[in-house]
Amino acid sequence: MAEPTVAVEAPVTAEGDLLPARQVDLWRAVRLGLVGGLTAVFVSANGMVEAFSERALLGRVTLGSLLLVAVPLLVGYLAGRPPPVLQGFATPRPGRRNIAGGLLAGLLTGAVMAVFVTLIATFDVRRVLLNVTPQLVREDPRLLTFGLDLGAGLVLILTLDAVLGAVAGTLHLLRERWRRAVFVVALWVLAVAMLQPFVVQVLRGIQAELRIWTAPLADFLYEPSGALSVLGAVAVAAAAFVVHVLLTREGRRPLRARLSSVPDRSRRLLRLAVLAGLLFVLGLLPQVLGPFLSEVLNIAGIFLLMALGLNLVVGVAGLLDLGYVAFFAVGAYVTALLTSPQSSLGVGWIFWAAVPFVVAAAAVSGLVVGTPVLRMRGDYLAIVTLGFGEIARLLFLSDWLKPTFGGAQGIIRVRDITIGPIQIADPQAFFYAIFCFVLLATYVTYALQDSRIGRAWMAMREDEAVAEAMGVNIVAAKLSAFIAGAMLAGFGGALFATKIGSVFPHSFNVIVSITVLVVIIVGGMASVPGVVLASFVLVGLPELLREFEEYRFLIYGALLIFMMQQRPEGFIPSRRRAQELHEEEVAQDAWLGETSRAGPP
Amino acid sequence: MKRPTSLLVPALVGALALLGAACAPEEEGGGFTPGQLGAVTVAPDAPIKLGVIQAISGDTASLGQDQVRGVELAIADKGGKLLDHPVQHQVEDDLCKAEGGTTSGQKLVADPQIVGVIGTSCSGAAVPAMEIFAGKGITMISGSNTSPTLTSDLKGNKAAASQKGYFRTAHNDIVQGQAAATFAFQKLGAKKAATIHDGDPYTEGLANAFGASFKELGGTVALATAISKGDTDMRPVLTEVAATKPDVVFFPIFQPEADFIVKQAKDFPALADTKKLFGADGLLSDTYIVIKQTEGMYFSGPATPTGASYQDFVGKYEQKNGEKPIQAFHAHAYDATNMLFAAIEKVAVRENDGTVHIDRQKLMDALYATKGFQGLTGTLSCDEFGDCADPKIDIVQNTPTEKSLDQVRGNVLFTFEPETS
Amino acid sequence: MAKSSPEPRGPIAARRTFQLPIVDGFLWLVRIAAVLLLVVGAFNSLTSARLSGQQWRDLVGFGIAQGSIYALIALGYTMVYGILRFINFAHGEVFMIGAMTGYYVSDGLSRTPLWEAQPFLSLFLVLICCMTVSALVALLLERVAYRPLRGLPRLLPFITAIGASFFLQYAVATLFGTSVKAYPPVSALSGAFTFLGFRILKVHLLVIVAALLMMAGLYLYVEKTKAGRAIRAVAEDPEIARLMGLSVDRTIARVFAVGGALAGAAGLLFGLVFQNVHFLSGFLPGIKAFTAAVLGGIGNIPGAVVGGLLVGSVESLGPSLVLVGLGIPSAHQLKDVVAFLVLVLVLIFRPTGLLGERVSEERA
Repeated sequence: MAEPTVAVEAPVTAEGDLLPARQVDLWRAVRLGLVGGLTAVFVSANGMVEAFSERALLGRVTLGSLLLVAVPLLVGYLAGRPPPVLQGFATPRPGRRNIAGGLLAGLLTGAVMAVFVTLIATFDVRRVLLNVTPQLVREDPRLLTFGLDLGAGLVLILTLDAVLGAVAGTLHLLRERWRRAVFVVALWVLAVAMLQPFVVQVLRGIQAELRIWTAPLADFLYEPSGALSVLGAVAVAAAAFVVHVLLTREGRRPLRARLSSVPDRSRRLLRLAVLAGLLFVLGLLPQVLGPFLSEVLNIAGIFLLMALGLNLVVGVAGLLDLGYVAFFAVGAYVTALLTSPQSSLGVGWIFWAAVPFVVAAAAVSGLVVGTPVLRMRGDYLAIVTLGFGEIARLLFLSDWLKPTFGGAQGIIRVRDITIGPIQIADPQAFFYAIFCFVLLATYVTYALQDSRIGRAWMAMREDEAVAEAMGVNIVAAKLSAFIAGAMLAGFGGALFATKIGSVFPHSFNVIVSITVLVVIIVGGMASVPGVVLASFVLVGLPELLREFEEYRFLIYGALLIFMMQQRPEGFIPSRRRAQELHEEEVAQDAWLGETSRAGPP
Repeated sequence: MKRPTSLLVPALVGALALLGAACAPEEEGGGFTPGQLGAVTVAPDAPIKLGVIQAISGDTASLGQDQVRGVELAIADKGGKLLDHPVQHQVEDDLCKAEGGTTSGQKLVADPQIVGVIGTSCSGAAVPAMEIFAGKGITMISGSNTSPTLTSDLKGNKAAASQKGYFRTAHNDIVQGQAAATFAFQKLGAKKAATIHDGDPYTEGLANAFGASFKELGGTVALATAISKGDTDMRPVLTEVAATKPDVVFFPIFQPEADFIVKQAKDFPALADTKKLFGADGLLSDTYIVIKQTEGMYFSGPATPTGASYQDFVGKYEQKNGEKPIQAFHAHAYDATNMLFAAIEKVAVRENDGTVHIDRQKLMDALYATKGFQGLTGTLSCDEFGDCADPKIDIVQNTPTEKSLDQVRGNVLFTFEPETS
Repeated sequence: MAKSSPEPRGPIAARRTFQLPIVDGFLWLVRIAAVLLLVVGAFNSLTSARLSGQQWRDLVGFGIAQGSIYALIALGYTMVYGILRFINFAHGEVFMIGAMTGYYVSDGLSRTPLWEAQPFLSLFLVLICCMTVSALVALLLERVAYRPLRGLPRLLPFITAIGASFFLQYAVATLFGTSVKAYPPVSALSGAFTFLGFRILKVHLLVIVAALLMMAGLYLYVEKTKAGRAIRAVAEDPEIARLMGLSVDRTIARVFAVGGALAGAAGLLFGLVFQNVHFLSGFLPGIKAFTAAVLGGIGNIPGAVVGGLLVGSVESLGPSLVLVGLGIPSAHQLKDVVAFLVLVLVLIFRPTGLLGERVSEERA
């Protein structure tokens, strides 16, 4: 027998080259079931189920009941998943064990929930757990027992959760492609259901602007209550399924390969066509969306601007700045001071005259923040910048500086942006302004990333000592990172001030800094498309879906913890970053690839 | 991802921007000719829509909820109908912040059928909302904004944020400052006062108004200082305050900072006498007055209305909502809604088929012309800047005999009404 | 990380030396300005006879009591940092959960006759509950959020900690409500002691004594016991400690538990002093406690104590002593500004903190 190059402890068996497959671990299913049960109890006790029940999704199914149902489905899926196939082991055959795992997990979730339901039906815990209202179990609509009495409800919970767990486990019996199809379809139906106000507005807007007959589609898809109609759901599901199947056909070349095979001239034409199409859509978008949705996009756009700036500081240069809101505030206040006739300066300039001063002030504040932290280590940097953020807010709020900054009363009557005689007063017009600025910021970001200073930043991010040894001027790099980030945030602040028309110090708290940080982390550091997506999802959606407002930070926190463990490079990562963070896995894959190519001994 | 290399892109988008900004919404048609601000045409059987912007979430949720209920009661009292059209109200959250005012304002402005708005809860949210509505000629009446910067200084000078079309049935804080200062100077005989605010625009405005009036009456403000929201240790601040040996300490702030002040003040001999402590309506809540150390404290706030109609109102409120009114401004929201209804009824043009036209300019003019309107909170008359309230400020005291918030509110020591010009 | 610039040569290096004096010069200006402002402000305050000697002494007392609470929280930060080189941003929330537990338990106990009859026994029971719950939360955090990320670039656990902080805050807010919870009054703790002309509140005395006892206990634990030795070993070099047979996982868990317990105790003391807690109560004290830990020298247990007392005293005395003397109105609004500025200045003067750092070796 030849030497094994793979560190497998057991000797190779006689019946073949592979060891028996590792099966679904039922103890793991038990553990998952218990965790699932606790999660379900948590979302019931903190009022999420009740709050989400206000939103009808499909017929009588509300977001709240979906939440309750999602837990056993999720744990069932995870429990039924076979363990990853290690080299040397056979692939497990999908079968009863997957379903059993799912069932077990679902059953345990149901059991924990049943205990909880019994508890709150018997005792009044409302004095301690404020959101455990009678509507959960005792009175209609009895959300946790789906409308039934206690006895019947308990049975329902147990059976329903077990069945759902089993169903989720069954998904593992499907081939990868069909399993993914199920997820895609479910996601689309859910998205269309939840984004009802957005979809309706877009369809109606398209009809209003382009005279394309799309508004009746809105009536077809949705019922007056805001939920999806059954027909509409079926239509969306079918469409999503068909598209998914078409896109994942066997033997279909991926998009990139297809694009690279297109000849040069056609590619240029294609690029122009795509750009023209995008411009057309963007030009019409605010009119189609209406003032409120344009406003939502504007808010997301301002955060995007800030995220691009913080991206430079944290993502590219590796300086963890938690006080980013200070630069935002400086930009807003300078704009307000210079453009409002009511401010202490009272000069009432136009926006464009104030812009150079905004840039200058932001740069100076970047310098002021950056200089003391030059020699500080990464973690200290974070806390000190956080301190600076708070100092900025407190100074703008203070009575001491009230003669200049207005104190608690802020500065009002900030002038709108004017382009010649045209005033940008409503959200739709403002959208174009923000879009231009975002485009500019994106260009600047890319330019900086690919320049010498960008490379200096990345070198500094990786290892400061080595970078310095290689000749990078760390002082200049750090200061320029802070200044660049500050200038972008300053722009964001200027736009914020003109949009709202007034600046109050209460708007510039640490939550803003943290939100921007979350956006770039979840979106993908040093990755512009990721940041764009994240800012629309994390900032735009809560504005759109008010039910989430109370639970926004709870969800942010859970999302951060989850993302850091599963996908720290963000949703749309820059490829380099993804490689860096999954270094070990990449190395292992490479090693496994080598040994498998080398062949069995 | 490739980067956009041409300047063509921003130029094209800029051109589109000009195009987009120049696109104006279409005018209302019909045989009825609207004024320069446009008009709302309500088709037969269509509802008359009201916007409501209040703080319904977060720390100030009780303020907003209270007022939403006031509005709903006003609608119910009209039988849910106005001019034979059902009345529909759309509630938006102002988050007690400028951003909330902007978003809510934009959401309501998107609907051209909105006749008027009852809002906002907080003065900070009112500033941008007022501007958005003024641009479209939509009237807004607030039941709880009290900041002087929204209307005028009551001496005939227009204030910084004042806009056409904004009204309020709540008092101007200059009046409350005068009331508190008059009580302190004349009734308590205080010569030296100290004020503490917490960085909120409402409390800072009120503390300053008190200070200005107190000085006008002849007293001195020994120390005007501030704390920050979230502070827990008030002892250093109280040391400074105690060192000036004030006769009265006016701190019109909110809980929990006020809790800390009132408990920690006991450790200072100069401040141990609770009768030196003076708060405002932000502290007239049942969680505050039950604190033992607040016994003896004074509070200023809008006078609780009296009379049979108010008792009726409270009864209906309790029946519909399962609890007594929470804050001090529910009646003001009720009056605001009724004032709006009265004005709508006055200017509406009805056609034979039931269509109703409401001209926005005429509606605004009718509201400005409101004189002697009988509401729960008094006789409302609107001045040129939008202050419509019949301001009556009660100074009440919390004593060991008062056990509930109602009783405290009823223990009126002094009522202040400014001389009407 | 380069502590002092190496001998420069060549055009790049020459450029660097030119820039460094500017930066150094600026920082020196900052130091001089700070000292000047401090002296002028203090001089004005002290000579203006605005506050009596007794009142100044009172302020010092308040500062020390507040500082003791910060010190207890800072101990948790500093121990975790010493071992993992990681700021446990969620530690402030562990503190808040301890304070909340204290509220519910003492509220329950105050309805029984035990509360009035045996106040100190009741408080002791509450203390045990607070410390246990906080320790459990800290352990849970470590197991669920931090352990999977050990060894990864430091940014990731830090972000996770921020996420955990938010999650805990809002979990408490949504489960137990956002309203302020008022502790039941303890009649044994009202009033003040006066000795040697120094007046101190009874509740402050309790806080200071309790904090001192716990810090002494921790010091003994880390220096004298076997578990403490294990902690010091892992703090020094985890790889070698593992090779010597120590269970690194268990030691780290123990560190979190002990830090969490101390924070829970701090929570109860906070509740007794201020008698109000709510879900955001942990945020600012958490940041200030970390400031205290850094001030004293991160990883250094006596340093955390010194840092805590310093931050507390600066908060208490700073506005009255310096800011009012400089003629700044509403000086107490800016007390956090003073605290953070002190942090910045100390880190510029002495980047390793007042008593020096004690952190594990940088893993290559």
